[in-house]
Amino acid sequence: MAASGPAVSPAAERPASGGLPSPPRTSADPAGSLQRAEPRAVATPEWFRRIHPATWLLALFLLFVPAFANDFIQLQVFGWAFVLGMIALSLMFLAGYGGMVSLVQMTVAGCAGYMYAIFGHSAVMEISLGWPWWATIPVALLVAVVFGTISGALAVRTEGIYTIMITLAIASAFFYFTRQNYTIFNGFSGFNAVRPPPLFGVDWKQATPFYYLSLFFATLSYLVVLYVSRSSFGLALQGVRDNARRMEALGFNVTAHRIAAYSFAAVIAGVAGILLTWLNGQISPGTAGVGPVIDILVIAVVGGIGHPIGPFVGALIYVVLRTFALDALVAVGLPAERFQLLIGLGFLLIVLFSPDGVLGLWSRWRARLRLRRREL
Amino acid sequence: MASVAERLSAAGTANALELRGVSRLFGALVALDDVTLSVRPGERRAVLGSNGAGKTTLFNAVTGDFPPSSGVIRFFGEDITWFPPHERIRRGLRRTYQISLLFRDLTVLDNVYLACRGVSRGRFSLLRPRRNDALMNSAEDLVEAVHLDGVRDRQVAELSYGEQRQLEMALALAGAPRFILLDEPAAGLSPSERTELVEILNSLPSHIGYIIIEHDMDVALRVAESVSMMHNGRIIKEGTPAEIEADPQVQQLYLGGGHA
Repeated sequence: MAASGPAVSPAAERPASGGLPSPPRTSADPAGSLQRAEPRAVATPEWFRRIHPATWLLALFLLFVPAFANDFIQLQVFGWAFVLGMIALSLMFLAGYGGMVSLVQMTVAGCAGYMYAIFGHSAVMEISLGWPWWATIPVALLVAVVFGTISGALAVRTEGIYTIMITLAIASAFFYFTRQNYTIFNGFSGFNAVRPPPLFGVDWKQATPFYYLSLFFATLSYLVVLYVSRSSFGLALQGVRDNARRMEALGFNVTAHRIAAYSFAAVIAGVAGILLTWLNGQISPGTAGVGPVIDILVIAVVGGIGHPIGPFVGALIYVVLRTFALDALVAVGLPAERFQLLIGLGFLLIVLFSPDGVLGLWSRWRARLRLRRREL
Repeated sequence: MASVAERLSAAGTANALELRGVSRLFGALVALDDVTLSVRPGERRAVLGSNGAGKTTLFNAVTGDFPPSSGVIRFFGEDITWFPPHERIRRGLRRTYQISLLFRDLTVLDNVYLACRGVSRGRFSLLRPRRNDALMNSAEDLVEAVHLDGVRDRQVAELSYGEQRQLEMALALAGAPRFILLDEPAAGLSPSERTELVEILNSLPSHIGYIIIEHDMDVALRVAESVSMMHNGRIIKEGTPAEIEADPQVQQLYLGGGHA
């Protein structure tokens, strides 16, 4: 996925249909001859041929990670990177395509996690309703999407820094509300012993099953975002980002489009939120506290918001730093809880040298390499 | 060009555009002062006036970019004064902008496709446009109609100024326009590009009327059959191009360069 084109901006990527290098339509070239050429294309579909070899390598690598990585790496590194990457992806969708920096995505994920615990099973028997998983998951997602949509409806009337402020306010409100409300959210301690349903007889909480589960949903959401970026909705969203006034003058209801983008992003964040709750085995106010909310922004910015792969790159960097910075810090004699300092420094360096994140660094490096090769 | 009567019968009896006592204030500045104007369906009208006469403000009031402070605007008989801009567009009103407002990071075809999509169903479709999508076809036809097929897949940022103006025209022609507001479409064009623009305007279907703001009298008189003269936010004269040209007040204000 990554190598197929992290450097490509969403707008520059070719559409599946309209942008295919279709032969020029001339009167000497009747439609019939084009149609006759079609069957050959079916043998190796165009989309299949367009996949970069490096993408296949990455896919193979990700598929075989459990063969050589221990449980810790599978869950604490990759599991976390996929889940946080998905939440950051929902932010990337809003910020990269819609120009709306929303800090409410982690909260939407938290909301879905809470709903899963409240409607389903947890150790807090007096609150959890004990619904079966097939009812719990859709309802949890639905509530999260409604929450995301309402937050969006409040936020879309603002621009820039004000969008950040209003979504941060919603996120803080959710955090304090869940911490103080004991009737529904069980206050400070939240819900523990929240487990994934034993579907197909598999214990999805085990390292390898969870690895594949999160890999599946991360890949799916990545591909969906990539696809939707070239759909009517995605194109229109990019139009709204570039020039909202002009979009109104083309017949688009800009406000409705922006709110719909929040709903779409909420689906991804909601799925990730449920996965996160399974991964943690619990959900509490701290899951969607102000710290994690900011972390998602950091992940998206560090990775780059120009392409849907960025959030996953950012999430991997973040998780690796968070997991291994402790040892590095202890080795140089600093207290282990200062890992945030390292993350902060890394963030500062990346933003300083590449405002468009690691993806930006990568694309500039490739461009320079290409230039040098041409000079030789 | 078909006769006015023919076009009138083609498009029904209500005026395409009717403004009654429309004013627009920016603080203490009266940008539009009690403007009353009617344009028949299919009519092609030029609006002349010096800078600051209120021509673009008039357009902004009609399209809803800046709704009027008072007055009533009717579009084919329907009161659209307080409609949001996109509702007016969906009813067949279009406009071009004086400064190109295009999507610079998207391709020419994507720009036109968006314009076609904006006035059709499926604006929220999560599916990619298919190769034989009717909308994609009509976008391709429009690109051809404004002579941009050679740069169809290029990003708008790479286009020349003249090509961007042509693309503006294509966006205004997307869907089924009934009336177009053209804000100085010829500004900055070379003589040959101007000729091409006049050609495009004159080849529009006869039921499509427009108002054109144009400083170049030569272009304005070749594409308009009636002229309104604006000054200080008011319409001070209306008539045929010949009448307007011959009017002493107009000559003093505009053609003679008195205040311009």
